[in-house]
Amino acid sequence: MSLAQTQQELISEFALFTDWQDRYEHLIELGKDLPLIAPEHKVDANLVRGCQSRVWLHAVQQGDVVHFTADSDAMITKGIVALLVRVYTGRAPQEILNASTEFIDRIGLRAHLSPNRANGLSAMIDQMKRYALAFSA
Amino acid sequence: MKPAALIPAYDIEGIRAQFPILKELVHGKPLVYFDNAATSQKPRRVIKAESAYYATINANVHRGVHTLSTKATEAQEAAREAIRKHINAKHAHEVIFTSGTTASINLAAAGLGQLLLKKGDEVVISGMEHHSNIVPWQLACERYGATLKAIPISDSGEWDLSIADSLIADSPNCKILATSHVSNTLGTINPAKQLITKAKKRGIVTVVDGAQAIAHLNVNVQDLDCDLYAFSGHKAYGPTGTGVLYGREVLLERMPPWQGGGEMIDTVTLEKSTWAKLPFKFEAGTPHIAGIIGLGEAIRWMEDYDKEAMATHEHLLLEHATKGLLTIDGLRIIGTAKEKVGVISFAIDGVHHYDLGTLLDQQGIAVRTGHHCTQPLMGRFGVSGTTRVSFACFNTVEEVEGMVAATRKAVKMLR
Repeated sequence: MSLAQTQQELISEFALFTDWQDRYEHLIELGKDLPLIAPEHKVDANLVRGCQSRVWLHAVQQGDVVHFTADSDAMITKGIVALLVRVYTGRAPQEILNASTEFIDRIGLRAHLSPNRANGLSAMIDQMKRYALAFSA
Repeated sequence: MKPAALIPAYDIEGIRAQFPILKELVHGKPLVYFDNAATSQKPRRVIKAESAYYATINANVHRGVHTLSTKATEAQEAAREAIRKHINAKHAHEVIFTSGTTASINLAAAGLGQLLLKKGDEVVISGMEHHSNIVPWQLACERYGATLKAIPISDSGEWDLSIADSLIADSPNCKILATSHVSNTLGTINPAKQLITKAKKRGIVTVVDGAQAIAHLNVNVQDLDCDLYAFSGHKAYGPTGTGVLYGREVLLERMPPWQGGGEMIDTVTLEKSTWAKLPFKFEAGTPHIAGIIGLGEAIRWMEDYDKEAMATHEHLLLEHATKGLLTIDGLRIIGTAKEKVGVISFAIDGVHHYDLGTLLDQQGIAVRTGHHCTQPLMGRFGVSGTTRVSFACFNTVEEVEGMVAATRKAVKMLR
C-alpha cells in the first residue's frame, strides 16, 4: 500500500465516526497499536520538542526504508503518533519528505496541527521529516 | 440549582448578555469559557470603546494641537484617572501604561536593579511566582551580582510565613520583595499586606504582581502600602496588549527610565537628554491608545457592575466546582489554601492533562493545561502539569456542573 493509500485508508476509517467521542476513542485505540520505542531509546535526546505531553520518537533505516517507533505519556498524543507512524513507517526517505499532511485535516484532527505550543503534531511531523532527510543524505 | 436563587441580587443573565463571545459555539456546543486566568472575555462596552477610538478620534496623544489629538489625549488620560481611582493610587501620574504585567515587571526589575542592586544583595520572590515574576529578577540579579531567594510553598499552596519572615527580617542584604498578590496556578490569595508591612520596616522595596488579583479583588495600593504594583488589562475584561505599573511617586522619581524614545524626554541634545515628568518618563513611544481607552472602559464596567458581587459569585462557583471535582475518583486539587479566587488546578491519577484538555474542548469547554508558566511550582508539587479551570463574573453554576460531568466522561474514556 502506498503512503497516499494509507492516508486514504485512515480518512475512510475515521469517516465512519460521526461524533467526537467515537473519533477520539478510535484514536486512543490506535495508540495502543503503536510500535513502541525500545526502552534504551526512550531518552530525553529523543523527545520531540514542542509538545505539552512528552513524545519520544526514534527511527532506523532498514534497507531503503525508514522505520519509526515512538511513545507518549498522553493517550491522545500517542494515538496521533500512531497515525503518523502508520503513514510514514516503511517508506523511503524521499517519500516521507514529499508527503502531504492534508489527511490530518480530513480526519477531523486539524486542531492538533495549529502552531500552538500545547500540541505538537507539527513538531512530530517535522521530526519525522528530519529523520528522513538525515537518511536521504 | 440556579445561581439567581442563590444570589438574588446577581443578574447573571444580564451580565452574560454583555459578552458577545458567549454566543459562540465550539465543536457545535455552546462555549463554556473557564480560562479566565489566561485572559478574560470582553464585554461589548470595552469592544465598542476600543473601536470607537479608531472610528472617531484616532490621533496620536500628547503631541498634536489638533482636535482629534486633544480628544484622544483626553480619553487616554480619563482611563488613567479611572485606573488611579480603581486602585486608590494617590496620583494619576503614578499609573504607568505598559503592554502588560510582563512589561511592567521587566520595567520594575530593570529600574530597581539599576537603582538598588549591588553585589551580595538579595531579591526575595516566592515559589509560586509566574515566570514573568521570576525571570526579570533573575536577569537583574545576574547583571548586578545579587542573589534571588524564594519563599517556600506549603502543601496547601501558601507561603511559608516563618521562612518568609526570616528571609526579610534576618537578611540585611534583602533589597527587593517581589511577590504575587494571587497565584495564577493555585488561586491562593496571598497575605501580601502582612509581608509588605514587615518588608517596609526593613526599608525593602516591595513589588506586587497583581495580574490575577485585579479582576477579582479590591486592589488598594495605598492600603497595601506597596511601592510598585503590576497588572494586565486583558485579565480584567480589558484589551490585550495593555497593562499598568503603579508606582509610588517618590520611587518612580528616583528610578531611571527603562526604554528611551519619543514622548519620554524633556530635552534631547546629541550629548545628553533629560527626562519628561511622570508618568511619561516611563512611556516611550506611541502607547496602545485604543487598548488603554478600552481598559479604562473595562475598569468603569467592573465598577458599574459591582465588583464585590462578582467576587461573591465567583466564590460560589469555586466552592461548587471544588465539591463537584472532588467526587471524581483519583482527582487531586493542587492548591487548597483557605483564601482563594476562582481558580482550581487539579491532577487526576492515570490521566494526562493534555488528554483531558483535548476532550473537554471537544465538549465546548475551554480550560488551561500544562505548567501555567510556573515550572518551579510544578516541581514543588511533583507534577509535570495540571488542568486549570478559572472563573469570571459571567460563568454559571450550570457551566460548572457541565464541566464536572464532562471531566467524568473524559476520565472514563481515558482509563
